[in-house]
Amino acid sequence: MNGDSVDTDLARTWVQAIAAAVDKHKDHLTQLDSAIGDADHGTNMHRGFSAAVTALADYEPDTVGAVLVKTGTTLISTVGGASGPLYGGAFRAIGKALDTPTADTQQVAAALAAGLASIQKLGAAAPGDKTMIDAFAPALAAFQQQADAGADLAAAAVAAADAAEEGMRATTPLQARKGRASYLGARSIGHQDPGATSTALAFRALAETVGDR
Amino acid sequence: MKKFINAPETVLAEALSGIAAANPGLKVDAGNKVIARAAGTKPGKVALISGGGSGHEPLHGGFVGHGMLDAACPGEVFTSPVPGQMLAAAQAVDGGAGVLFIVKNYTGDVLNFQMAAELAAEEGITVETVLVDDDVAVQNSTWTAGRRGTGATVFVEKIAGALAEQGGSLTEVADIGKRVNAASRSFAVALTACTTPASGKPGFDLPEDEMEVGVGIHGEPGRSREKLRPAKEIVATALDAILADQPLDDGDETIVMVNGLGGTPLIELYLVFNEIAAALAAKGVVVARNLVGNYVTSLDMAGVSLTVCKADADMLSLWDEPVNTPALRWGI
Repeated sequence: MNGDSVDTDLARTWVQAIAAAVDKHKDHLTQLDSAIGDADHGTNMHRGFSAAVTALADYEPDTVGAVLVKTGTTLISTVGGASGPLYGGAFRAIGKALDTPTADTQQVAAALAAGLASIQKLGAAAPGDKTMIDAFAPALAAFQQQADAGADLAAAAVAAADAAEEGMRATTPLQARKGRASYLGARSIGHQDPGATSTALAFRALAETVGDR
Repeated sequence: MKKFINAPETVLAEALSGIAAANPGLKVDAGNKVIARAAGTKPGKVALISGGGSGHEPLHGGFVGHGMLDAACPGEVFTSPVPGQMLAAAQAVDGGAGVLFIVKNYTGDVLNFQMAAELAAEEGITVETVLVDDDVAVQNSTWTAGRRGTGATVFVEKIAGALAEQGGSLTEVADIGKRVNAASRSFAVALTACTTPASGKPGFDLPEDEMEVGVGIHGEPGRSREKLRPAKEIVATALDAILADQPLDDGDETIVMVNGLGGTPLIELYLVFNEIAAALAAKGVVVARNLVGNYVTSLDMAGVSLTVCKADADMLSLWDEPVNTPALRWGI
């Protein structure tokens, strides 16, 4: 294993890192959600990723994808709300695209694109609607740009995490057009989107996991 | 937060145990979190399944029984159930005539029920869905996810449930459910926010002299915040919004529900019913049937929702059919 590819251990460590980040930030996620939603995003994500960590504990798969498909399936069956199908479907899509023991930067970029496509298909949201896509889409673009420029996995993941956080912050002035926050109309303006925030946590967790390698 | 709980994480499981213990007519599958009729489904009868976040009791488990639902899938508090729950419910109650999912229009509910319908189809179970979207506080436009589903859920479950009991086909039962939804409009006003056990804090701050107009059933803020006014004026505001969307003429018959959101005493609900009955009577609209009480609650929120269904003869006749559930019972 070289330092520029994802293997099953790294995939598992990424999921564990997301779980740790969600645990640390769950009150913040819930607080963001209480402003424009129903105050359960932190609780739901924590329940789902804790279950995913447990599900992966004794799981010894042959492919990177199997780790992520199992994560997605667990999220669908434990998170609930809109986040369950959206995150669960995304992880399953990412996993299905990585049906190999290891994956390089370009393969990861393609898999992340499949994840974003899954979210867009299910949620029917577009960039600017004040959803998790506003963090995911710029993160994917940054990752792909780095991959195309020949950067290694670590550099691509850091660029993606930075872009996701920028996209997350940019949701604050937007008026929500999808999801529960859209019911608030103009009153959703001025609040950072909780889904974009948890997506940024997931990309930062990837960058840190790869960086620690 | 002052609540009768042991720990936020165990609220749903312990409440489900209590529902099972309190209602011999129900059986609860604790593992799958499914509440179903103890007697099972009559072979050949269309099975009705609804579900959604917990915290809205008696919705949905309180409406499981003869003449209404066959099963309910309660999610965590204010969080939709997951597809596995709905699939388990469908497998448990399918009587061979298919399953009707009754889904409130919230993104999470819609997505999870949609996934469940796909899973059920793979298992050879025919599924139809009625989407409830009655809340006029939310403007319908290409930019929103559509109106929220709230109080009309009770009307859809009661009337479609009665037709299923009479032997209606899946298509017929789904069709009457869609007609009831299309004929129903709701509007809610809150005087206080509610507190979920998980967050431990009120969902929003509402000063003593203000109200949240057009509030949703999850404590999500409404469309505007206004100074508190007398009940007569609040009802007029709500009714104006309902009638702007669903005009009613002299002689029209309606089913009207004045629903408490969990923290409003019955004396206030009856006072509100008095106002809406008078306002409708002034327009010549007949309140043919009514419900006054707590049917679709939002935990401990002080507030009230009004639902008006412009009912035709079929709907009224099915409304009068016997029903025997923990929260709705007559004619039996």
